[in-house]
Amino acid sequence: MAELTYREAVARGIAQEMQRDPDVVFLGEDIAKAGGVFKATVGLLEQFGPLRVRDTPISEQAILGAAMGAAMTGLKPIAEIMFSDFIAVCFDYLANQYSKGRYMTNGQVKCPLVVRTANGGGARFGAQHSQSVENWCMMIPGLKVVAPSTPADVIGLFAASVRDPDPVIFLEHKSLYPVKGEVPDGEIVDELGVAKIVRPGSDATILALALMVPRAIAAAEKLKAGHGIDCEVVDVRSLVPLDTQTMLASVARTHRVFTVEENPRLCGWGAELVSIIADEAFYDLDGPPVRITTPHIPLPSSEVLEDLAMPSVDRIAETVRRSLGS
Amino acid sequence: MNRDREGAATARSNQQPMPPSQLSPDLRLRLYRLQTELREAEQRAYDLFLQNLVKGTSHLSLGQEAVAAGFAAAMEPGDLTFCTYRGHAHTLARGVPMDKVLGELMGRDNGLLRGKGGSMHLTSVEHGHMGSYAIVGAHIPIACGAAWRAQYKGEKDITVCFFGDGTTNIGAFHEGLNFAVIWKLPVVFVCENNLYMEYTPIGEVTAVKDPAAGRASAYGLEPIIIDGQDADIVYTTAKAAYDKARSGGGPTLIECLTYRYSGHSRADPAKYRPAGELDHWKGQRDPVRIYRERLLAAGVSESTLAAIDAEVMRRVDEATAICKAAPPPPAEILTTDVYADGGWAWRN
Amino acid sequence: MDVLMPQLGETVTEGKITVWFKSVGDTVAPGDNLFELETDKTSMEVPATSGGVLREIRVQQGEIAPVNAVVAVIGESSNGALAAAPRRPGIALEPFQEVRTPVRNYGPAALPSGVRVSPLARRLAAESGIDLTRVKGSGPHGRIHAADLNTLQPPPTAASTPVRTLYRDIPFETVPIDVMRRTIARRLVEAVQTIPHFYLSADVELTRLLSIREGASMALGVKLSINDFVIKAFALALQRVPAANAIWAEDAILRFRHSDIGVAVSIGGGLLTPVIRKAETKSVAAISTEMKDLAARARERRLQPHEYQGGAASVSNLGMHGVREFSAIINPPQSSILAVGAGERRPVEGADGAVRFATLMTVTLSCDHRVVDGALGAQVLGAFKAAIEDPVALFE
Repeated sequence: MAELTYREAVARGIAQEMQRDPDVVFLGEDIAKAGGVFKATVGLLEQFGPLRVRDTPISEQAILGAAMGAAMTGLKPIAEIMFSDFIAVCFDYLANQYSKGRYMTNGQVKCPLVVRTANGGGARFGAQHSQSVENWCMMIPGLKVVAPSTPADVIGLFAASVRDPDPVIFLEHKSLYPVKGEVPDGEIVDELGVAKIVRPGSDATILALALMVPRAIAAAEKLKAGHGIDCEVVDVRSLVPLDTQTMLASVARTHRVFTVEENPRLCGWGAELVSIIADEAFYDLDGPPVRITTPHIPLPSSEVLEDLAMPSVDRIAETVRRSLGS
Repeated sequence: MNRDREGAATARSNQQPMPPSQLSPDLRLRLYRLQTELREAEQRAYDLFLQNLVKGTSHLSLGQEAVAAGFAAAMEPGDLTFCTYRGHAHTLARGVPMDKVLGELMGRDNGLLRGKGGSMHLTSVEHGHMGSYAIVGAHIPIACGAAWRAQYKGEKDITVCFFGDGTTNIGAFHEGLNFAVIWKLPVVFVCENNLYMEYTPIGEVTAVKDPAAGRASAYGLEPIIIDGQDADIVYTTAKAAYDKARSGGGPTLIECLTYRYSGHSRADPAKYRPAGELDHWKGQRDPVRIYRERLLAAGVSESTLAAIDAEVMRRVDEATAICKAAPPPPAEILTTDVYADGGWAWRN
Repeated sequence: MDVLMPQLGETVTEGKITVWFKSVGDTVAPGDNLFELETDKTSMEVPATSGGVLREIRVQQGEIAPVNAVVAVIGESSNGALAAAPRRPGIALEPFQEVRTPVRNYGPAALPSGVRVSPLARRLAAESGIDLTRVKGSGPHGRIHAADLNTLQPPPTAASTPVRTLYRDIPFETVPIDVMRRTIARRLVEAVQTIPHFYLSADVELTRLLSIREGASMALGVKLSINDFVIKAFALALQRVPAANAIWAEDAILRFRHSDIGVAVSIGGGLLTPVIRKAETKSVAAISTEMKDLAARARERRLQPHEYQGGAASVSNLGMHGVREFSAIINPPQSSILAVGAGERRPVEGADGAVRFATLMTVTLSCDHRVVDGALGAQVLGAFKAAIEDPVALFE
């Protein structure tokens, strides 16, 4: 067991998979010599050499396109998009190419690759470098979408993503990079499509992802201490495949559900989860499902404004408290 | 203007015209047969569309057969092709059976993709035909990736990427070209300049005179323009570019001057063309006719060529009969192959 | 490419792998020997028929597998199709039904008075027969929540107060009665008061069943329980005696075509009786798989009402708790319940008059006399006993 930062876990996760399989290659902007703009890929060039860890030009379409061509013909590429906001300039590959090749060729084209990207707010980077774009990816049939909240999950879910035969969008949260956590020694391989109950509770279920997971846990502790409300926090971890059984079972025990989403409100991932729960667990619900999101605005840069916009521990706790009527 | 450009094509080509004797008689018969097949199969696709048996859209490449035939004939088995939605000919040229292609256009269960892809996505991995891409330019970086894999693994196959003149104005083209050059990838980019992007003449919307070759120097590549109606020139140019790629010499960009006889897609009557342009190309510049006359002049007998023509027609007729008899795809494939496990389950 | 257990001879049904020559990850060429196989007839080396990388070995050295079982998987060697991470078996999604809307409805969201009721409170009230107009809501705008149902005191009965007063000198903990407990209490009182019960017991020998179960579990790769066989045997018995596959409906007797068998599952704070539908048509293995799923979801309280309602008969098994025999209360509106005790080694008299030991269990059938008369019940019990003691029929 060692204590690692989320950032160090990224490099260890990539190294673990590159060590295991010579077909795993890694490309992106400033990832090799510079070790990544978030310093999350330091040391990989030295360990695996310039043929496997390759700097690219600022060409997001070329990065994602080349990753696909390599994946279809036998490699297992890892492609980095520096900020998840930049997915917008190469969205074709996610929306039209990775996700549809297999289906429309009747199973002939395979696309086993991982796109890693730094997602989310809290770093005061302003509206074009802070977005939570998991819902952009989640809405496309054929993609898998993963967002870890702890260093151990970074390694385990990353390994599962690299080994997965489908294209996986791996959303690292840039505000979690400095966060430390215990990581077991040796190889770590987790499983996609398995949500985790990270804090058991009986009064309400809080579904959260990435940076919102530690905030939801903190809010749950606050609710317990201040109001005796015992919340169960579920780390969703993987939006596709989606572990609805863990969530539905939790709601069947607690009878109330809240989502904590960093994305702007409209069509956030929580909307889909709430819709499934409202449908399948309707008669388990003892009150309305409630979504706690960033308002439907671009994220501002100033720390005061950005903190106001993103779901905070206090806002989560207060929303749950008010909704449960305590 | 267009007339001007095609008239100057041969003159502006910087490739040496090949003395015919350099290509073997067998190869030249093969090139003739292939062009005839592409022509007749495409013509049949159009006829089936007129009979309402081909649904949706389709983008024909009647008139552009020499490009597809010449580049394909110069490939080795295992070489990879990527093309656009105007891809029936490129698919057939890699050896994909005609009934599979026509069946796919007709949305039948015998189709190459069992009706799940359609005209714009013809793909046959077993033939090295890695796909037809319907988002303009998307496949240029993808082709780079396939070539990167060969380079990384030390494999000897090369990748050939076909696209139209319109593609040269989209970002992915420029990103892909730069990428291929800096990584020195074994990829050959083939621009089929048929003078029109979709409905608009390419010259009206492009900063340089030659949409592909005019950009080559920006990426440190030699500007190459060839007569795309002459299968011998296409073949020898292709061969040289493949040899260079295979031996580690990096990418090549080739602009082929050609012409499409039909509109952009089935919905386009192509009224925007100047009067007489189509007649001129069909009459003077038709690749199949040019090649047939060249072979006759070289001493191949009329009966040999007529036998090839008849055999091609017989195969087209057989393929058509197979497709007409084929059932539509079964409902259960609606949700197969979304994910690698064969299914579509996004939740448990 | 799946590597199958070959059939080395017409009468051979299974084989044992004695040696693996290749390991997972090894490259295999067609013709390479994969493993050595031993059957009751012979032993031989089995070669690969396709090339690639040995991705998975499913039947290990020393293990036995039936003919045609997949013993290993050979994958593509190049172009990098990696072995997928083991996937948990997902549910099969139905096109156009990716989300499963419950079919049952539990009444309107608002009472005539305008008071709103949460969906959970509506379901619990309907299931336990609570009159919502008597409940006071504690939620916003007086909305009735589930917790409000538990605060509803039943109309004071003569007994409740005296019971407490009898024990007033002894310390006790007051356990509030939740909705499930109240439902169980109401239904069982109703059953005992309204259903004329009578009871028939029999000893059933398990010797043959136990030996078949072992082989079947191994061949199918599913651990089959005695209860899975009991469900199937009871379902077949009711098919043999159709008059007993029926319930009392006050104005008529309803007779059913299929045997829908309820199975009592103990869950925290109570019990539920999920129903195996058309149990006579299902294999024991299918019953086993379905029962595991139903029991797991019952314990998570995730069963849909249609999964625990209906049926004419139930099984209640306390054998695993060491109970030798007991009689059970019928689960209304059903007409019978089979109480199953533990299998025990007991001395029995053999056909030759000698004493031998055999495994027997005692079962007791509780019958609703309004529907099932004594002789009819005895026929059901006899058919059940015959099915268990000649278990080959259970596999038909």
